[in-house]
Amino acid sequence: MAGDRAKRIDPDALSWYEATARQRVLALTDPGSFREFLPPTERRMSPHLPLFDLPRAFDDGIVVGRARLDGNPILIAAQEGRFMGGAFGEVHGGKLVGLLRVALELKPKAVLILFDTGGVRLQEANAGETAIAETMRAIVDARAAGIPVVGLIGGRAGCYGGGGLIAGTCSRLAVSEGGRISVSGPEVIETNKGAEEFDSRDRALVWRTMGGKHRRLIGGADAFCADSVTAFRGAALDLLSRAPAFDLATLEAEQARLEDRIARFGDCRDGTDVWARLGVNDPEAVPGMDTDAFDETVARVREADHDAR
Amino acid sequence: METLTFRHTTKKPLSGSVPSAITGVVASGNLEILLERVLPPDACEVAVETPIAGYGDVWAAVVADFVARAQPGGLRISINDGGARPDTVSLRLLQGARLMEA
Repeated sequence: MAGDRAKRIDPDALSWYEATARQRVLALTDPGSFREFLPPTERRMSPHLPLFDLPRAFDDGIVVGRARLDGNPILIAAQEGRFMGGAFGEVHGGKLVGLLRVALELKPKAVLILFDTGGVRLQEANAGETAIAETMRAIVDARAAGIPVVGLIGGRAGCYGGGGLIAGTCSRLAVSEGGRISVSGPEVIETNKGAEEFDSRDRALVWRTMGGKHRRLIGGADAFCADSVTAFRGAALDLLSRAPAFDLATLEAEQARLEDRIARFGDCRDGTDVWARLGVNDPEAVPGMDTDAFDETVARVREADHDAR
Repeated sequence: METLTFRHTTKKPLSGSVPSAITGVVASGNLEILLERVLPPDACEVAVETPIAGYGDVWAAVVADFVARAQPGGLRISINDGGARPDTVSLRLLQGARLMEA
């Protein structure tokens, strides 16, 4: 369905942030190569949403299938951030888990997950939570079988809640300036701990603490891209070719790095404090940097590159 | 949730041979439209699921206008509505028909 229309989408002109999940998939992958599993015509919709008098989506807010990326066979999933915040429900999660499990049989070059999610749908709470846990297990199984799982993050919903946990289990992550990665969103923190702890209306603060540049500088993401499909495509190709080994040494290095991060940055009050301690010369200038200037800054920060996730 | 179904007879089938297409997103003020070429060439059916009850007459008028303009014979059209305005619905329907002709 619609695979032949990929040619008409110009990946250079298409903003990742603005694009729909389907546009991202079609413009990212080789023209005509995408084959969708459980497409909208199958009508696999949420069994829960009608109970709440809420509209459903024919694909339950996630597009999954196989395709080629520069000739390499891949599996790909893309969340639609505009449908219920890209949140995980039963069918949505089941499609992602199924895709990751079939990777063990199809042995693709990589599995790409195009995150755009606020986490679990509250209306499908337990089913969504289960989906998060099953997804993380399926990613671990795929990585253990030698299949890299690469996350791409730059949508309007960011990558929050259970999506943030899943992103933490991926082999590699690419993020753009518009992308944010965290578990608790700004409003959740403010509601629970007060505006003194975190002012969710301070958008600059949100981007300095959860945004793509911050995640890249502390090594929480492995590539920083401009907001275009072309940039994400280049990052995906680069990252899938240099995924870390999934072994005890990688996991122990990750644990050590996390402990070191708490020790070094635990008392910081803002992203700029962290960046200063990382050795960034002019932390205040980071939010205004273009991609090239930012890449130069990243190149001078030791923590930004590591083989642990 | 209100479910509405409209059936129309068209003068001709919609041109082109694309078997199915989808456009739009279920979100506030938006809707998704799934089009499938599965009906006889002079028939068109539009099925709507909407959480906004009581606008059956408006939907009927928008769908009738679309059928008159596009002559979408052969199409079964399924809509998940997120509370879209009539002009948005018209736009999406015509966009969907265009995708099927491509």
